[in-house]
Amino acid sequence: MSETADRVKKIVIEHLGVEADKVTEDASFIDDLGADSLDIVELVMAFEEEFGVEIPDDAAEKIGTVKDAIDYINSKQ
Amino acid sequence: MFDLTGMTALVTGASGGIGSAIAQGLAAQGARLALSGSNVGKLEAFAATLGGDHAIVPCDLSDAAAVDALVPQAVEALGGKLDILVNNAGVTRDNLILRMKDEEWDQVIRVNLEAAFRLCRSAAKVMMKARFGRIVSITSVVGVTGNPGQANYCASKAGIIGMSKSLAQELASRGVTVNCVAPGFIRSAMTEALTDAQKDAINAKIPAGTMGEGADIAAAVAYLASKEAGYVTGQTLHVNGGMAMI
Repeated sequence: MSETADRVKKIVIEHLGVEADKVTEDASFIDDLGADSLDIVELVMAFEEEFGVEIPDDAAEKIGTVKDAIDYINSKQ
Repeated sequence: MFDLTGMTALVTGASGGIGSAIAQGLAAQGARLALSGSNVGKLEAFAATLGGDHAIVPCDLSDAAAVDALVPQAVEALGGKLDILVNNAGVTRDNLILRMKDEEWDQVIRVNLEAAFRLCRSAAKVMMKARFGRIVSITSVVGVTGNPGQANYCASKAGIIGMSKSLAQELASRGVTVNCVAPGFIRSAMTEALTDAQKDAINAKIPAGTMGEGADIAAAVAYLASKEAGYVTGQTLHVNGGMAMI
């Protein structure tokens, strides 16, 4: 597993307060991890801070799963 | 109760009548302030009367880019945190609707409502991260009752109430409350310019029999800004001597 994936998952676990084994790459933030739309906004803000990238609104709207987040961040680094 | 020691606040329109009373009230409760307004000289003179360690962050609220930069400027001036935002600044461009120019409508909506939206949006980000925040916007009794000659102003003030209720629902789970204070007639340079007959006519409509003072509004703001008001959100606190009971 890549370093980005580990850091993304750590943020998701901490922020959403979910069990680590639920945070698979295919997990949907809303459907599988119980996030609401405000949680997604906060996750995106946390990713921006952690990785020093800017995630514009149109890109943020396409991030639905853990893998989407990892892929987007990797594409910007 | 209602001690604001250690808390920081951005107040717009801080050198105006009600704004300066709000700033005095928050400072008296111990808050450190970023005072905003368009007239730097007036802000500096007012800050000098306040004493203490307050910052001045001038801003033209009709300039969208300047408004978007204001919260980050205030956060920096206040040592990296913002606990309280008071949207107080407002303008009037009164006219009967049949005579109202597009610019009169646009100016009032831009300064009173759009600037408040932009400041709320910036402040919400900072406050959500901190898991604490207090947004208090000054609306007006006429935002609820209407007033002839003020369709633009009343629309902007009603807009602030609706916006605040939505924000209150979005941010409640993050420890951020969003409320409004709605003054009735408050004694100011503007009301002092009225004739005695006009003042009597106004006072006759107020059960308390007299206009309010800036300090009456400041007390309401200090309450809503306090930790003790944490379970109050999405509300409009009317401070009007009973002239409208809503």
